[in-house]
Amino acid sequence: MNGVHDLGGMHGMGPVEIEKNEPVFHSQWEARVFALNLACSFHRKWNIDMGRHSRERIPPAEYLAATYYEKWLRGLEMLLVEQGLVTAKEMKTGRAEKKAAESRALGAADVATFLRNRRHARLDDDVPPKFRPGDRVIARNMNPTGHTRLPRYARGRRGVIDRDHGVFIFADTNAMSRDRKPQHCYSVRFSARELWGPGAFARDSLYADLWDDHLDAA
Amino acid sequence: MSDHDHHHHGDEHAREHDRPLSGPALRVKALESLLTEKGLVDLKALDELIDTYETKVGPRNGARIVARAWVDPAYKRRLLADATAAIAEFGFIGRQGEDMVALENTPEVRNMVVCTLCSCYPWPVLGLPPVWYKSAPYRARAVIDPRGVLKELGGEIPEEVEVRVWDSTAELRYLVLPERPAGTEGWSEEELAEIVTRDAMIGVSKVAVPAGSKR
Repeated sequence: MNGVHDLGGMHGMGPVEIEKNEPVFHSQWEARVFALNLACSFHRKWNIDMGRHSRERIPPAEYLAATYYEKWLRGLEMLLVEQGLVTAKEMKTGRAEKKAAESRALGAADVATFLRNRRHARLDDDVPPKFRPGDRVIARNMNPTGHTRLPRYARGRRGVIDRDHGVFIFADTNAMSRDRKPQHCYSVRFSARELWGPGAFARDSLYADLWDDHLDAA
Repeated sequence: MSDHDHHHHGDEHAREHDRPLSGPALRVKALESLLTEKGLVDLKALDELIDTYETKVGPRNGARIVARAWVDPAYKRRLLADATAAIAEFGFIGRQGEDMVALENTPEVRNMVVCTLCSCYPWPVLGLPPVWYKSAPYRARAVIDPRGVLKELGGEIPEEVEVRVWDSTAELRYLVLPERPAGTEGWSEEELAEIVTRDAMIGVSKVAVPAGSKR
């Protein structure tokens, strides 16, 4: 979706300000909302791409005004109701109508293993690559209303395949319909001038990780 | 929240008993009790998750990788060839570090990592991302004006140096291998790890020998 989350290249957002000795969390509720997100993902009612898409669906004005963990809170509230772990009424009242059908929650003793387990965005499927390193490609001019990992600034731009990362879950479809659509994901190099025009430095470049379904041969 | 106070959240927690909870704090508390009541989350697991990222996983992990690569050429080759496996040698694996790529800075090339679409970041080696990395200004500017951002944060980049920006748009996670600073010849791996900063491993600054360094 052409959402406000797709920030690359926008102007007027202000300076980048690094906070000295920044704590991991700035308040107790930030820590709790972070942990709630991870603990709820244990139930496997949604995948990481659905999680990202929930935050992208926060209305634009609210998205820009919200802090990072406010977005995580909002996204989690959406997913819990949409995926049926909590009813809309329970979310509204804050009172449980009945216990969840899920037999168990993530326990403290499971946390280390839970965090160390790979979640396999990389797949073993034997899918041939459409492109090889050095191939010239053009990022598709596409404007899906759902989730996509092809940023607007790269659409319609010409680049070169830098490396083939192998076969991965295709985030765009995995977020919308849980269709993993296994395909190769590549690092694609775009010159800064191709993206931003003649004012950019000639030597500079940008690398984005894009999938077969984002690319055509140029 | 915009009032970036520097209190550890433990202090904040203590103060929460003395004052009413604010908007998001109240909502999170309500959500936490609802989910607990429904049996969907276990409070002890939440504590454990928080403790992991507050005390166990952070940029000190990445600093050890960088220091090893600086002193051990064979390790550096492994890191650049297959970062996931080389980083796993230290036991740094798992969530948001499943597929790692290491990017080597040289006198000719500067690498800088961003996630313009959200906040993708290599958790096992750098911990959770700082606010600035997740902020609209960095996500907007890193791709269109990397030299401007680098100038503000770490110093101007000479024109002849190539700047490469890596937008984390898939599940690959990037770790910058900064240049080893001059004047650190003969330092031990542990001493080197001490001076490697988070921001250098994101690629927005160089590693410097701190003034008054013990060496």
